[in-house]
Amino acid sequence: MGMQSALAPGGPAAQAIANLATVLAVGAAVIFVLVMALLAYGALSGPRRVHTGLWVVGGGIVFPVAVLSALLVYDRGLSHALSTPPPRDAPRIEVEGRQWWWEVRYAAGVAGRDVVVAANEIHLPVGTAVDLVLTTPDVIHSFWVPSLAGKVDMVPGRRNRLTIQADRAGIYRGQCAEFCGVQHARMALLVVAAPPAEFEGWLAREAAPAAPPTTPELTQGHDAFLAHGCGGCHTIRGTTALGLLGPDLTHVGSRRTLAAATIPNHVEAMAAWISASDRLKPGNRMRSFAHLDQGTVAAIAAYLASLQ
Amino acid sequence: MTLPNPLPRPPDELRRLEEVWAPPRGWRILSAVNNTQVGLFYIGTALLFFLIGGSLAMLVRAQLAVPGNTLLGPDTYNQVFTMHGTIMMFLFAVPIVEAMAVYLLPAMLGTRDLPFPWLGAYAFWAYAIGGLAFCCSILFAVAPDGGWFMYPPLTSSRFSPTINADFWLLGIGFIEISAIAGAVELVVGILRTRPPGMTLGRMPVFAWAMLVVAGMVIFAFPPVILGTLLLELERAFGWPFFIAEQGGDPLLWQHLFWFFGHPDVYIIFLPAAGMVSTIVPTLAQTPLVGYRLVVGAILTMGAFSFALWAHHMFAAGLSIHSMSLFSAASMAVAIPSGVQVFAWIATLWRGRRLRLTTPALFVLGFFFVFTIGGLTGVMVALLPFDWQTHDTYFVVAHLHYVLLGGMVFPLFAAFYYWAPTVSGRTLSPRLGAWVCGLLFAGVNLTFFPMHLSGLLGMPRRVYTYPPGLHWEWPNLLSSLGAGLLAIGVVLFLLDLVLHLRVTGKVDTNPWNASTLEWLPLDNYGARSIPQIESREPLWDRPALREEVAGGRHYLPGTVTGEREALVTSPFDARPQYVVILPRDGWTPLLAAAGTAAFFLLLTVKLVTLAAMTGAFTLAMLVRWLWTTDRGPVTPPVDIGGGIRVPVYVTGSRSHSWWAMVVLILVAGATWASLLFSYFYLWTIAPEWPPPAQRLPGWGWPAAAGTAWAVSSGLILGASRALATGATTRFRGWLATGGLAMLAALALDLAGQWQAGLAPTRHGYGATVAVALLVQGLFVATLVIMAAYSLARSWRGLLNATRRVTFDNTMLLWHYAAVQAVIGLAALHALPRWLG
Repeated sequence: MGMQSALAPGGPAAQAIANLATVLAVGAAVIFVLVMALLAYGALSGPRRVHTGLWVVGGGIVFPVAVLSALLVYDRGLSHALSTPPPRDAPRIEVEGRQWWWEVRYAAGVAGRDVVVAANEIHLPVGTAVDLVLTTPDVIHSFWVPSLAGKVDMVPGRRNRLTIQADRAGIYRGQCAEFCGVQHARMALLVVAAPPAEFEGWLAREAAPAAPPTTPELTQGHDAFLAHGCGGCHTIRGTTALGLLGPDLTHVGSRRTLAAATIPNHVEAMAAWISASDRLKPGNRMRSFAHLDQGTVAAIAAYLASLQ
Repeated sequence: MTLPNPLPRPPDELRRLEEVWAPPRGWRILSAVNNTQVGLFYIGTALLFFLIGGSLAMLVRAQLAVPGNTLLGPDTYNQVFTMHGTIMMFLFAVPIVEAMAVYLLPAMLGTRDLPFPWLGAYAFWAYAIGGLAFCCSILFAVAPDGGWFMYPPLTSSRFSPTINADFWLLGIGFIEISAIAGAVELVVGILRTRPPGMTLGRMPVFAWAMLVVAGMVIFAFPPVILGTLLLELERAFGWPFFIAEQGGDPLLWQHLFWFFGHPDVYIIFLPAAGMVSTIVPTLAQTPLVGYRLVVGAILTMGAFSFALWAHHMFAAGLSIHSMSLFSAASMAVAIPSGVQVFAWIATLWRGRRLRLTTPALFVLGFFFVFTIGGLTGVMVALLPFDWQTHDTYFVVAHLHYVLLGGMVFPLFAAFYYWAPTVSGRTLSPRLGAWVCGLLFAGVNLTFFPMHLSGLLGMPRRVYTYPPGLHWEWPNLLSSLGAGLLAIGVVLFLLDLVLHLRVTGKVDTNPWNASTLEWLPLDNYGARSIPQIESREPLWDRPALREEVAGGRHYLPGTVTGEREALVTSPFDARPQYVVILPRDGWTPLLAAAGTAAFFLLLTVKLVTLAAMTGAFTLAMLVRWLWTTDRGPVTPPVDIGGGIRVPVYVTGSRSHSWWAMVVLILVAGATWASLLFSYFYLWTIAPEWPPPAQRLPGWGWPAAAGTAWAVSSGLILGASRALATGATTRFRGWLATGGLAMLAALALDLAGQWQAGLAPTRHGYGATVAVALLVQGLFVATLVIMAAYSLARSWRGLLNATRRVTFDNTMLLWHYAAVQAVIGLAALHALPRWLG
């Protein structure tokens, strides 16, 4: 049913809501058929006596009150259960919505680092409740990975929370759900759920600084990256690029997509993005480096692709 | 019963009535102010906006028909969907229900016109001119692009520095004022111009619905008007109401917007429900089952709709406990809907077998589509379900099922049902069946698949989507359905062009309906104002049509030689007086054009020109007002049945006193929204006032409050002096009262000035400053009104009997004083007491 679907739950919260949706849809269908049958009979039959109390009080008040009371109990129970904070020792990930990408910070005590910064891809250990802290430095966004949980807005001045848990390993897609400007449509992300050991390995790799270039082409790319001012916006840990405006690129080569899950990540896509980001994602905040010659772009792309 | 007036009628009575009510001819028809003409202009204009908004929707569906489409770029698409929502909600849905009421209600209530024809014409023209200018912004690619909900900070000057958002804030803010003017007229019209004997318990359900709706407009529109003012002040002058780092909060906007936005849905739905409650009994040829329960349901819905607004914010991170309350309230609103649906179905059971006329088809379509929308409404009222579907295409499906099912289908039923009151004959049954079939198929094909695309994870307001997420089929089907909808609407227009002729004089009751709009009608409404004795007058008294047309009921001609209406008491509709109505004229159109130009020029920052048009508008308004308040031009007149009533009254019996009370309710709702904003920012601030801001010393607010009380007392003195004919004393007290009021404002300002109030630094200063601004606006208005009263006094137009002008000024004055004292207490006493 798709990697971004409320009907294909991959964790307990989305599963509970999918069950609720099934109950609601079936109930609504039954009531709908009933009402339409009453209507059809009333419209097609000749005059007959009606009892106002039975119809209007019974059908219009007693019946909905009974149904809605039952739903209210279901609603309260489930909504409170889904809003319960995760255990205190649950791993915490901070996700910051930006126009139009996601910064992801892991509070990992790995390799002597407090925080590991990545972008547009959230990695989780399977079967563990994860505590997400949702913030934004610019406009309102909404964090939503339908296969895992409902959505929560990212509101300036607030730190909203959401607990998510993936019970089956795999890749889930999420997308910003609050209109946030010109590229709201292309502000997506991937959630990669892996077995805990695999996740720990990934986090350790992610915490490490970028690999230095090993071939002349990569060195050329590395130098061009710095020479053309890319470090003004991007950070590559282990180099002098320390910009904070755009995504951290320390391990960008290992990510599955570019431009907030807009295009698949490979070296040609990277080159296309560098020279024509405005064509691929019109209005986005990165300038297009159309003036660079193809060789330079290819070298930068190759270097970035090497940052595994 | 013996009829109020005997036969034969005087020979020239009908001719004189016809003459005084004759509409202007040719292009001068634009100066008409009668509800029949203005109502039809109004409906036509709202339909034009429906076509514009619908065309934008076609662009949306064309863009989303396939993934990765490049027909529209993101900039254009965002303007298109923002304008689609804004036009449909603000320029089509609310105006058309007011338009239908302006057109239908006087006839349904057996009166000649609504009580304020010039205000009605002004409201219409302001809306038409302002709305068209607003729509033109998209032709220059400067249309608003932040969504019809305009959430800051996306719409703040930092993230939307261009003029686009200002078009929304100033354009829509001002069109809402015209909606309020319409509401004032409807409330007073429904409560005070019903025919003798039509007690509230005999009033048609449509009139009940419009009364409740007008009441809702009065309380729901002020918060969003205040919100637009705050956001525009933030954009223009940097007053940080919605900037989190400076003591503002983006969620404040959401509260203000949805406190309007949710009732707005019921403002749109209830009139349509009222139409269904009128049409269904006619179709079934039996009275509505459960009239009292249906009226109760309408009142309950109106009240409940104000308790639901936060369900638009279930994903914003509010506390689970407050969300649970809003969730329960959102479910509970299904109950009054259920009451109405079952009352209608029961009426169909009791009635004869349904004949499938075009209105009947649309009513059946309404049941089908609206029931689905209502059921999905219960689904999204449940918090967990909403957390998944909020801001997805599921909600797009839900809201279109509710609005198209709950409002557009009844509206089309109404068009086909009431078309004979315009042209004397029905529209084409064959075309009508096609229109209904196409719209029905189109709505379901367009919007049913959206439930699925939403659950499959497709968010709203995206200009494109990638392939591979299973969204391709639902979107393609939706786009095909939109095509069917478009064909249906075009066929409807064709039907109108071919078969609708405005005839003026109609005498028809093709559906055998029971309500008064099926009396023989001319531009003056019914020939005489009927005496009503039941809820279904035309069924219970078959001779009524003939009696009314023959002039046998009340006021069969014109007693003053002017346009008139009969004003009755609000509950039991006993005749009280004859009000003289203004004739046609250009002033309302000119004043409306001036108002629209003023706001548009402000938007494009041509301040000098704006000031000039503002002065022109003010001159037009004064010229308009000067002709009102005519005083007792004749002694009490005989309206028939041995009843003599005056042609001029003062105090709480006057219809204009009622209008002023309604206006004060609007002002009160605005002030309450402002205080809400102040307290709301207080609750999220660590310190109030914030560091580096302080409260003025005690003396300032105390002195200001005292000055307000004194000025109110002086006006009371002026009123006594006027009653005793002491003209000089009256003028002296009025002028002194004005000075005291100015002193009160000056003291308030001086206190804040001395305390170093900084509106741009923090939400505290910004809210306090905007309170002063609003207070200043009231003072300016009252100064103008006082000067106006003085001018009338000097011209000998204001005296002990002819004094409505002054009475209204006094009423507003006392209100302003109360508002000021409440404001001073909130801004000065509470922070000291609680802080």
